[in-house]
Amino acid sequence: MTPGLIAQVAIGGLLLGLIYALVAAGLSLIFGLMDVVNFAHGQLLMLAMYAVFEIHQAFGLDPLVQLPLVAALLFLIGVAIYRGLISRALGVRFNTGMVQVFVTFGLSIFLVGAAQLAFGSDFRSITDGVLYGRTVSMGAIVLPLSQLAAGLVCLVAFAALMLISRTEFGRALEATREDRDAVALIGIDRDRIFSLGWGIGAAAVGIAGVMLATFYYISPTVGDNFALIAYVTVALGGFGSLIGALVAGLLIGLVEAMTALFFDPALKQVGIFAIYVLVLMVRPRGLFGRL
Amino acid sequence: MTRMQEVTHSAKAEGTFPLMGRPSLSVNAITRRRKQELITGAVLLMVLALLPLPIENSYLRNLIVVTLLYAGLAQGWNILGGYCGQISLGHALYFGIGAYTSTILFTRLGIPPTLGLFAGAALAALAALLVGWPCFRLSGHYYAIATLVVGLMGLLLVTNWDFVNAAMGITIPFKRESWIDLEFRIPIQPFHYVMLAYVAVAWIVAYVVEGSRWGFIWRAVKDDVVAARSLGVRVFLSKMAAAAISGAIVGAGGALYAQFIGFIDPDSGLGLSVSVLIALPAVVGGVGTLWGPLLGAAVLIPMQQLSAAWLGGAGNGVDLMFYGALIVALALARPQGLVSLFGVHSQAGGEVVDEP
Repeated sequence: MTPGLIAQVAIGGLLLGLIYALVAAGLSLIFGLMDVVNFAHGQLLMLAMYAVFEIHQAFGLDPLVQLPLVAALLFLIGVAIYRGLISRALGVRFNTGMVQVFVTFGLSIFLVGAAQLAFGSDFRSITDGVLYGRTVSMGAIVLPLSQLAAGLVCLVAFAALMLISRTEFGRALEATREDRDAVALIGIDRDRIFSLGWGIGAAAVGIAGVMLATFYYISPTVGDNFALIAYVTVALGGFGSLIGALVAGLLIGLVEAMTALFFDPALKQVGIFAIYVLVLMVRPRGLFGRL
Repeated sequence: MTRMQEVTHSAKAEGTFPLMGRPSLSVNAITRRRKQELITGAVLLMVLALLPLPIENSYLRNLIVVTLLYAGLAQGWNILGGYCGQISLGHALYFGIGAYTSTILFTRLGIPPTLGLFAGAALAALAALLVGWPCFRLSGHYYAIATLVVGLMGLLLVTNWDFVNAAMGITIPFKRESWIDLEFRIPIQPFHYVMLAYVAVAWIVAYVVEGSRWGFIWRAVKDDVVAARSLGVRVFLSKMAAAAISGAIVGAGGALYAQFIGFIDPDSGLGLSVSVLIALPAVVGGVGTLWGPLLGAAVLIPMQQLSAAWLGGAGNGVDLMFYGALIVALALARPQGLVSLFGVHSQAGGEVVDEP
């Protein structure tokens, strides 16, 4: 096992980790804002990937060109989910926590079924475009261009999220998170902030989905695994913390790649779970969490 | 003065318990109500015992057996998730441990499943304690996600564990007709009574703990952890007790399931969908109620099974859409559970937390 190979696998893991981080950031944003865990988060990723695939099939648009389009589409889906379901779940008078869990859970099952109906159960992949099949080599390290681009785009999207959190809107988000009733007194429309939060969270997943679709297979259940990693990422980084999601995403990508390299690819998730249990024992609120 | 103190004070003063936001009921009324529940339970048991006699259709009878199984499993889940308020999305772990334990004891060592199910229940209880130890420091959604992850961790490990045949699963060979081994040439009829006995035991356990000291402690922990702790309730210990009982019931159900189907593999034993199906009947029927899990299973399991058979035959996903939409609709339309249709109110309901 050469140092070059180890470095290559490590960088590959970190690039995938950036995608994990962006998916987790959407989850964390929504959770931090209104204390709702979106159990349909992986299905949003799946929807984004199918959107890329179908638009590519129909119009031949390169996935990269579709970035703003799919991000906007997912934004609308996120807002629709909030308006249609989550706002109702928040207004329920009994067992609120349980209702939230099972509404998003039911939605995830519904979306998998809908994807099966609309797109079939076959695995799909996109096999052309400017990123497809190209590699970049730096000395002994050879990386697929698609993964490199995915990592970069996710990093940029992440930076954009951080910027948003510093704007006027970001402060309104923060205020709504702190006290969702008091913000009404200073003229912040809670429902509007929450919808935007869902929209932005879903759009982040949309961007991750577009980049993932350039090199990963697409199927109705493709989101399950990424959602699971997103939960672990958020728990590791700390619920509600963006920077935590970034650090944890990178760490998980790296650990996953190293476990696959040094042990057995089938066990690559065991490394992730081991980290999760360790965090649970030592620091239940996560690396950057406030709990 | 906290609500708990009010409860005890008013109870001492007038011999009454204000039952969670409802008009005060006297202790006598509670005793009377519990007596009625016992009678209802006995009548229901007799009806269910006679139920398969007029039914010829084997698909329908199979459906009833599966519904009974999930009624028992949900009753087990309800002890931790309902009375104690800890929403677990990883109960498939205990189901799978029970199923695999009795199956391996039977196929490798010849130990009859009637004994193996107790071993499975014990191991599942132990696992529930091991999971609870780190996870009970988390609250609310943090706990739900932790159980989800731990459950899937179990799935991953079993899928890669050669000793239990990894992803292939284990087929239980038919040796001879035997009640001790729970092996039957035509299992539907005998297993109707096996599962009925299982539901009855699970119901009795729930009935006993609901009226016991633990039952009151759990509801206090669910309603207000801080208030409960301030009154000297050992919160962690009480959650661990609920987890062990809950895990044991679900583990025993797993053992019975494996023996009924004659086959167990990682997905049918430890899959996420199993965790959801264990929790849902209690949620749909009414969390923290004695009848909720039974009612929820009676409504949900036939709908889920029939929709899978009728709509999902072509693998086109319509059954999943129906099932998912059903979960969403029931959760939003009847958050307090279907039992509320019968005028039964969730005693453990979180709805009274903020009331003065």
